[in-house]
Amino acid sequence: MNTERNKDEPMIEIRDVHKSFGDLEVLKGINLTVNRGKIVSIIGPSGSGKSTLLRSVNHLEVIDQGNILLDGVQVNRPDMKGLQFERHINHIRQNMGMVFQHFNLFPHLSTIDNITLAPRKLKKMPPKIARELGMELLNRVGLASKADVFPNWLSGGQKQRVAIARALAMEPKVMLFDEATSALDPELVEEVNQVMQSLAEEQMTMLIVTHEMGFARDVSDWAMFMDGGVVVEECAPQKLFSNPDQERTQNFLRKHLNS
Amino acid sequence: MDFNLMIEVTPLLVKAAWITIDISIRSLFFGFFIACGLVFLQSFQFAPIRWFARGYISVIRGTPYFVQLLLVFYGGPSIGLRLDPITCGVVVGAFNIAAYMSEAIRGSIESVDSGQVEASRSLGFGKVQTLVSIILPQSAALMIRSIGILAIVLIKNSSLVSIISVVELTYQAQRLIGSTYKPLEIFTLSAFMYVIIIYAVMGIIELAYRRAMRYTTL
Repeated sequence: MNTERNKDEPMIEIRDVHKSFGDLEVLKGINLTVNRGKIVSIIGPSGSGKSTLLRSVNHLEVIDQGNILLDGVQVNRPDMKGLQFERHINHIRQNMGMVFQHFNLFPHLSTIDNITLAPRKLKKMPPKIARELGMELLNRVGLASKADVFPNWLSGGQKQRVAIARALAMEPKVMLFDEATSALDPELVEEVNQVMQSLAEEQMTMLIVTHEMGFARDVSDWAMFMDGGVVVEECAPQKLFSNPDQERTQNFLRKHLNS
Repeated sequence: MDFNLMIEVTPLLVKAAWITIDISIRSLFFGFFIACGLVFLQSFQFAPIRWFARGYISVIRGTPYFVQLLLVFYGGPSIGLRLDPITCGVVVGAFNIAAYMSEAIRGSIESVDSGQVEASRSLGFGKVQTLVSIILPQSAALMIRSIGILAIVLIKNSSLVSIISVVELTYQAQRLIGSTYKPLEIFTLSAFMYVIIIYAVMGIIELAYRRAMRYTTL
């Protein structure tokens, strides 16, 4: 991988993003840049807008104002209509891996088919090569033995690892994690964190929305605290988690670390 | 009970039963496509198209099938719509069942968790691919079962086309009663035939349902 060369090249750029649901403004002008190979964590109370922000990057939420760029290409294109935008966004999304809180594995497909569906259909990868790729990815998340099992037979942690493998199958430029471990039993969190950790070591660009303060502190290059649709504070994670400047951040962390 | 008579008229009733099956299958076939069209129209951004589909469904569901049949068969010629009885039975049956079926199809599609669509779209799949590869396989089981119930309704409704003199099971039974004066025997026999037809349909639905269930967790 050619990650050394363009270390400070912005991969995700979020510029002055606004988003409202009806009268409720959930994002009030957010700015954030994630450079290639960097990991940014977003923390904050529920309703702070952090998930909406992440989903906006993938255009699962349509922003009202501002710009989002992936590797220099604008994601939101208010100037495009209908099919033209469909083609544009489908292409953009192939470069972004998204991992959801509730896994959203396809229950009618086996584990390996969950992973290989997108490469087969979207990249026209031959089934045999797709299967090899799928097995390689399953190996990577430690689930090679579960290739032909259906998702319902897997534990929550296993499901999430398959979901990560599914997202990786399209060889995305960035990975987006939307509270990937929030729906898991505490004892299953670690196995998913380990997979995310290994991605970090491979210099995958990641934007992570999480409640796992310890994990965020350990893997992130940058941490951001959001509340009420604004960025309250952002800095290096060591500082944010141990010695934040803002009182709102301090209160949030105190509540979270005690519970 | 005059069992000899029952045996005697059975071939005639069986023949008429085929007309019942034929009309029902054709109505179901065309009705399915009309229903898919109605589901499609309801997905339009342009509101008047959605209103048209909703309005159609409301009108059909809000009026008796019997009245629809009489209106088209006897009222149709006044506006140049002349249909022979069997065609009229098939067409009205199809347009009638389509209204209910579109709701069944829409319901089964909407029963699939929205996270499935998000996961599919986030991988880069378009709307049509998402529908075909992700949504339909998961909604198939529920869809088959709801359509199966409607198929049974359709078969029973088909007895009403006897009023426009289609020689299906019920009309044939009435004709035979006219000449034999044995309503108990003949109606019992025709009812029994409906039971056989409907149980056969239920069996087919159950098999298809079980097959589709393999792919679903709903």
